[in-house]
Amino acid sequence: MQLTKRELVLAALAVAAGSRTAAAQVVEQLQIFVPAAPGGGWDQTARTIDAVLRANGQIKTSQVTNVPGAGGVVGLPQFLNQWRGRPNAVMVGGMVMVGAIIANKAPVKLTSTVPVARLTGEFEVLVVPPTSPFKNAGDFAAALKADPGKVPVAGGSAGGTDHIMLGMIGKAVGVPAGKLSYVAFAGGGPAQAALLGGHVAAGISGWGEFSEQVKAGKLRALAISADVRQPGIDVPTLKEQGIDVELFNWRGVFAPPGVTAAQRDAMIALMETMAKSEAWLAECKKRDWTSIPLFGDAYAQYLETETARIEAILKDLGLA
Amino acid sequence: METLAALGAGFAVALSPENLLWCLLGTSLGTAIGVLPGLGPALTIALLLPITFQVPATAAFILFAGIYYGAMYGGSTTSILLNTPGESATIVTALEGNRMARSGRAGAALATAAIGSFVAGTIGTLGITFLAPVVVDFALKFGPAEYFSLMVVAFVTVSAVLGSSPVRGLASLFFGIWLGLIGIDLQTGQARFTFGLDELLDGVNVIVVAVGLFAIGETLYVAARRHAGQDEIIPLRGSLYMTRAEWSRSWKPWLRGAAIGFPIGAMPAGGAEVPTFLSYWTEKKLSKHPEEFGTTGAIEGVAGPEAANNASAAGVLVPMLTLGLPTGATAAIMLSAFQSYGINPGPLLFQSQPALVWGLIASLYIANIMLLVLNLPLVGLWVRILRIPPPLLYAGILVFATIGTYGISNSVVDLMLLYAIGAVGFLMRRYDFPTAPVVIGMILGPLAEQEFRRAMTISNGDWGVFVTKPLSATLLALAALALAGPLLWRLSRRRRTA
Repeated sequence: MQLTKRELVLAALAVAAGSRTAAAQVVEQLQIFVPAAPGGGWDQTARTIDAVLRANGQIKTSQVTNVPGAGGVVGLPQFLNQWRGRPNAVMVGGMVMVGAIIANKAPVKLTSTVPVARLTGEFEVLVVPPTSPFKNAGDFAAALKADPGKVPVAGGSAGGTDHIMLGMIGKAVGVPAGKLSYVAFAGGGPAQAALLGGHVAAGISGWGEFSEQVKAGKLRALAISADVRQPGIDVPTLKEQGIDVELFNWRGVFAPPGVTAAQRDAMIALMETMAKSEAWLAECKKRDWTSIPLFGDAYAQYLETETARIEAILKDLGLA
Repeated sequence: METLAALGAGFAVALSPENLLWCLLGTSLGTAIGVLPGLGPALTIALLLPITFQVPATAAFILFAGIYYGAMYGGSTTSILLNTPGESATIVTALEGNRMARSGRAGAALATAAIGSFVAGTIGTLGITFLAPVVVDFALKFGPAEYFSLMVVAFVTVSAVLGSSPVRGLASLFFGIWLGLIGIDLQTGQARFTFGLDELLDGVNVIVVAVGLFAIGETLYVAARRHAGQDEIIPLRGSLYMTRAEWSRSWKPWLRGAAIGFPIGAMPAGGAEVPTFLSYWTEKKLSKHPEEFGTTGAIEGVAGPEAANNASAAGVLVPMLTLGLPTGATAAIMLSAFQSYGINPGPLLFQSQPALVWGLIASLYIANIMLLVLNLPLVGLWVRILRIPPPLLYAGILVFATIGTYGISNSVVDLMLLYAIGAVGFLMRRYDFPTAPVVIGMILGPLAEQEFRRAMTISNGDWGVFVTKPLSATLLALAALALAGPLLWRLSRRRRTA
């Protein structure tokens, strides 16, 4: 890009003016990288971040880039290499990506990015058709222990959050992961159809996917994977029922490698302000996202332990 | 009666000048993206999702539904004129449609596609209005075992496109099945046939294959025969629109196509492609002019599949509106738009949002009429494309196919695949291998495989599940009858004459 002298002077002035009000700096243009197709969970997170930041007056404009493929494995190398050092850029990603990287043995790591903030999480729910003999998670666990082959469980693609959750339940109640009967569908919708038609014994998906069916009495929720009971949701947690499993399908944002410490801090501040704003909390409520903010170093630490935990489960499931 | 009153209230919503405008915008936009290969309704609606922050819910859904229906109309245009399917549901349309166009009947092919889409779209919308609860109950009876048997029935349709040599046809079919298997296996999470390329992990897009085989392969073939004298494209022969004979050959396929398309569209794993295969096979078997299939182009082979894909588009909306079940990419994105409004789509949607749902259904009727009015006058304009001299026309097709493919995911790997498959398509044409079985294999193969493995997992490895379930057994019997029936009939006749 060619800059004239006049523009350079103006830019210098702008930088000087900006540094004086560093705390409440308005970002000229935020670039958001989404390693998934438009319309999915990460894309919706990106577009909601964009809308809220704009409504709050924290950014002026933004640009969303979608690079879909294989749970983020196609997009991540591009973000790490081509977006390297960009100051006002973030990538949206989450737990699914951690799993996809391990399962696909991708040569890149999510920890190569600069973790900025964990923003939302969706807990999982274990459901059965209303005619099922299982009344609670204990019944389900007992049947699983008796003969896991007789309890086909529907969920999303193999190695995804739903499969990981079943693996964790199996581990907690002492059923080897290799014996579990998991039926993978292309997402929560088709899995739901198999449940409503009574073709499988149980199903696992994000609470948001099944909540309406549960409220309408078309499916019975046995347990949720949250740490504590959720307000307004009359479903006990797995832990309450003696199964020590806690799982959040979390989503967060990452800065590209090569940004300066100041740029990283500015991005953390931007996300912190947003995550506290009323507009953001209202969007979360509307979309059934649980706000579970975690920033900077704490988030980086969390990412490390979470990666190790998921890797162990995927190994048990024979996927890593 | 209650339904009629609710529908009346829906029309009051849909007929407001503002909503009519949204409907017009949606249908025009839908037609345009339907014409472009690659750009589909799911992607377009996803890119338009941010408008949900700006406009009321009813307006947004009327816009989205218009785009969805419009894409189904538009996709057939390039299939017929340029042998370049705009959508996966219009791949079958290219088989007969493009042959008709080459023999001077492009106008009739476009007209029967547009009118058939209107007829089937309206029947489908009537189905949503009055039959939704019944249809959805039937659709949910289909589990993995039943779907696998349905795919077996669909595989029979390959026989309609095998051509003169079954060995070559089956080779093409298995090439297609192999292409369909590329990518991460859903049941085990393992990559298959990706050759270490991350870009192949999500599989090969069927549109890339169809455009590569049909459009690029064809262009290369024409270029290679430049000096050998080429079969000429006749821009127009006879009247622009349909003749009386063509009308009488079209109306039954429209109705049959709608009857096949709507229930399969409503099935959670039915999709829009399978009914077009089934309709094509049915029409070829029932036609009084079987000699026109694959030669000069039979109008039944356009009318049936085009009706089937529009009726299936209406069918997809049934589980979405009654149960909140997204059964296709477009429905999934429309459901996420509901969430932007804080509306939870689910079994209670009809009760909680009557104005929205019935306004949307009423707008579907209006969208159908708008699309007919938009598309019929365009026929005269489209047909003129065929007057372009072949070198320029084929160069244009190359540009068009390239841009469209790049639009799918902005991926250079897709472009390389497009041209590699184009080269394969050229060789297949040169050595007389039919290309349609490749596409059928690619769509059906992975579906059948996944459903088979799901069924086996659920039954704990018991093969009996396919014959002990009544629906599944019936479908398998149908498939056996469709395959063996003609053979037995011929045998018994030969014996009688001998």
